[in-house]
Amino acid sequence: MKPKFEPNADYQPKDFSFKSQKKVKDILANYPSNQARSGIMPLLDLAQRQEGWISRVAMDCIAEAVGQPPIKVYEVATFYTMYNLAPVGKYLVQLCTTTPCWLCGSAAIIEAVETHLEIKVGESTKDGLFTLLEVECLGACVNAPMVQINDNYYEDLTAESIVSILTALAAGKKPSIGSQTKRVGSMALSGPTSLEKQAKKAGVGS
Amino acid sequence: MPKLKINGMLIEVEKGTSVLQAAEMLGVEIPRFCYHDKLSVPANCRMCLVELKNAPKPVASCAIEAGEGMDITTNSEMIQKARKGVMEMMLINHPLDCPICDQGGECDLQDQSYGYGFDRSRYQETKRAVKDKDIGPLIKTVMTRCIQCTRCIRFGEEIAGTADLGLLNRGEDVEIGTFVEKAVSSELSGNMIDICPVGALTSKPYAFTARPWELKKTETIDVHDAVGSNIRVDTKGGEVMRILPRLHEGVNEEWISDKTRFAYDGLKKNRLDVPYVRSKTTGKLEKAKWSEALTSVAEAMRATSPDKIAAFSGDLADVDSVVALKDLMISLGSPHIECRTDGMRIDPSTRAGYIFNSGIAGIEEADSLLLIGTNPKMEAALVNARIRKTWLNKRLPISLIGEPVDLPYPYEHLGTTAQDIEKYTVKDSQKPMIIVGDQIFSRTDALALHAVCRDLAEKIGCIQDDWNGFNVLHRHAGRVGALDVGFVSAAPIKTEEMDVVYLLNSDEENIINNCNKNAFVIYQGHHGDLGAHRADVILPAATYTEKNALYVNTEGRVQMTRQAVFPVGEAKEDWKIIRALSEELGKTLPYNSLLALRARITEEWAHFAEIDVCPQEEWGQFGVTGVLLKSGFKNTIDHYYMTNVICRASKTMRACVDKFYPKKTKTKIKKAA
Ligand code: SF4
Ligand code: FES
Ligand code: FES
Repeated sequence: MKPKFEPNADYQPKDFSFKSQKKVKDILANYPSNQARSGIMPLLDLAQRQEGWISRVAMDCIAEAVGQPPIKVYEVATFYTMYNLAPVGKYLVQLCTTTPCWLCGSAAIIEAVETHLEIKVGESTKDGLFTLLEVECLGACVNAPMVQINDNYYEDLTAESIVSILTALAAGKKPSIGSQTKRVGSMALSGPTSLEKQAKKAGVGS
Repeated sequence: MPKLKINGMLIEVEKGTSVLQAAEMLGVEIPRFCYHDKLSVPANCRMCLVELKNAPKPVASCAIEAGEGMDITTNSEMIQKARKGVMEMMLINHPLDCPICDQGGECDLQDQSYGYGFDRSRYQETKRAVKDKDIGPLIKTVMTRCIQCTRCIRFGEEIAGTADLGLLNRGEDVEIGTFVEKAVSSELSGNMIDICPVGALTSKPYAFTARPWELKKTETIDVHDAVGSNIRVDTKGGEVMRILPRLHEGVNEEWISDKTRFAYDGLKKNRLDVPYVRSKTTGKLEKAKWSEALTSVAEAMRATSPDKIAAFSGDLADVDSVVALKDLMISLGSPHIECRTDGMRIDPSTRAGYIFNSGIAGIEEADSLLLIGTNPKMEAALVNARIRKTWLNKRLPISLIGEPVDLPYPYEHLGTTAQDIEKYTVKDSQKPMIIVGDQIFSRTDALALHAVCRDLAEKIGCIQDDWNGFNVLHRHAGRVGALDVGFVSAAPIKTEEMDVVYLLNSDEENIINNCNKNAFVIYQGHHGDLGAHRADVILPAATYTEKNALYVNTEGRVQMTRQAVFPVGEAKEDWKIIRALSEELGKTLPYNSLLALRARITEEWAHFAEIDVCPQEEWGQFGVTGVLLKSGFKNTIDHYYMTNVICRASKTMRACVDKFYPKKTKTKIKKAA
């Protein structure tokens, strides 16, 4: 589970401002001025992309931008699980452990990550690079087991491939995203079982 | 207008009526938690499920609009099962701690689980617990009891206009909170206690002091401001335990302000319970018998020439005693009587000139509003709530001339001076409204101001055959009644020249400070505050919860308080004290009972016979055209919680001041001498 919003925690910064006022304006321009509160969600996202997480001051700042009392922003931010309300590492590793992934060996993946990074689920590495979370189904069960790291999915994982992904990220490289076994079109392991003609045309499968 | 069938009964309802409301009209009971007549409909509790023919599943009756030909059943087996299910879910995480809950005996959850729930629980797992929130000195929270109906949030947002509360997190973790542990700051916050259907929000001062079934309930009215809110005073063993609102659509709807609700502990503190006479030898106030006190007053009055005797009636004085005092002063031959103790010089010659003509409910009809020299939030929180309601409904343009203040609706600030009044214009308004704060008439140019306001009302069309949008907002419960019975002097009284000063419930600094050092001051009232401090004789009187008395609210509506408890100690009802004094003076007033006094009042002022009627007064001339001052209007109330002797004696109000006005807590509570 993600850490909860702690408005008075020590790690809460004193101030916040958006780096790009233009982006804020662009977002607000999408909504009629009396519906500015619709901008709360994209602005929360903008703040999270800027800082990696959303602080209380950031929410207060958004509240002001949309002309709502701060509690309205807190309500939205605490409702959705994709907003990070406490600081996270540079890479947020969200490992799926729901049934399909678990059946395909997610437990081993978690173990591999925990040993490699020397942290437990819910913790961050000392260098501030990684935070490990266990999450529910991310909708990529076809290529289970899988992990989401920041905006990208890495699928068809093995204990080795996840470690090499983490090593590459730590080294500042960009490991290839998607299926790590180069599976195309999420087809069955034994090759296409439907749409065979199309698969052939695309040059995949047998 | 759609016709529908509910449990086989046919009913035709207004378009837009919900099924739940339609059922209510038929007397069919539908249980509910989240639905509240005065709030928006979130339909989140699901307790109000009903069966709609041809619908695949039960529907929430609070949120579905009555439609033509609907066939609704509320008592089928399916619905009984559905209610049981909802009830069971609701109780899963509820602590079931009724024996230690203040809501017990008047709890919707308790009643409805009794009526519609299971008689045992099937839930074996651990319950969740939610941390209590500290939201100030008025509301106690036990958040584990909360059923997330969100009424409190909606109340804050929609009625009070202070969005302090919110629904945080989701699923099992969901909770009501302010997050930033902020006190809920609103003059209306106490109403959340009433609307919370469970014991999550209860009254802090009332906590664990009584059970609802032990209380004696007295329906009466409030005197903390000039709104005249309808209240119910609950007492136990001769003590006021709490104060609750009573529904009155015309006045307070079903809300009351925090002062009305919570200042009652002031009724028990700092009370004058026996007469006092200042000793000639020690110069100190000493306890005395009634006969001694009255004799010494009578002696002083007899020894003084009538034109050196003045009488002032204060903010809380009731009409009965004011009339008695007026009669007494006339029989003594003194012309010096005054109720406008704050120096207000409003012209009382035309009634329409000093009352809230449209009525408080009339605000909802207005389509433009100008506030002059008033802060309705502080002066009359329920008038303010009406303005906000109207603004929410139709976004009427609101302007303010006077000190800029924080109001729960947007307004245009047009300036601060009398000159700005003359410039005001409004476009396309069929029912324009002006609300003038009575405090502006405390300036030396009061009469000219009165005339300017009158002219403006005529100019912008406030005065029509069926519409009078000229409204004066008073701050004091005793004022309009005293103006009605003419407790005024033509010229300002030179207080410093008076040898005998009679203060009837009057604790105003400026009067007391102006009294001559050698003047003989009589204070008749219930609290040891400023007036009693200065007095040479104290005549202890009853508070509004201890007497049957007439009051007139700012609308000119005559209302009656009812005795809920007996006056403390030897205190007496106000008019009786004056009657006894008149006898002592040998000028016995010609009424011996409250009935006879009322007959005397209605004979001269017929409108006092019509209780609880919002009057329609004839428009007329008032004010005198003259030179206007250039200075800006000032607001006088800066401490909402400390406006009269009762609040000043109240610990709860003191706690509110400390909490909500942390910086300026300088108002001193003066002790009785
Ligand atoms: S505190 Fe009371 S009013 Fe507020 S959501 Fe909970 S149950 Fe409803
Ligand atoms: S179960 Fe892991 S992505 Fe669906
Ligand atoms: S009263 Fe209808 S859903 Fe709550």
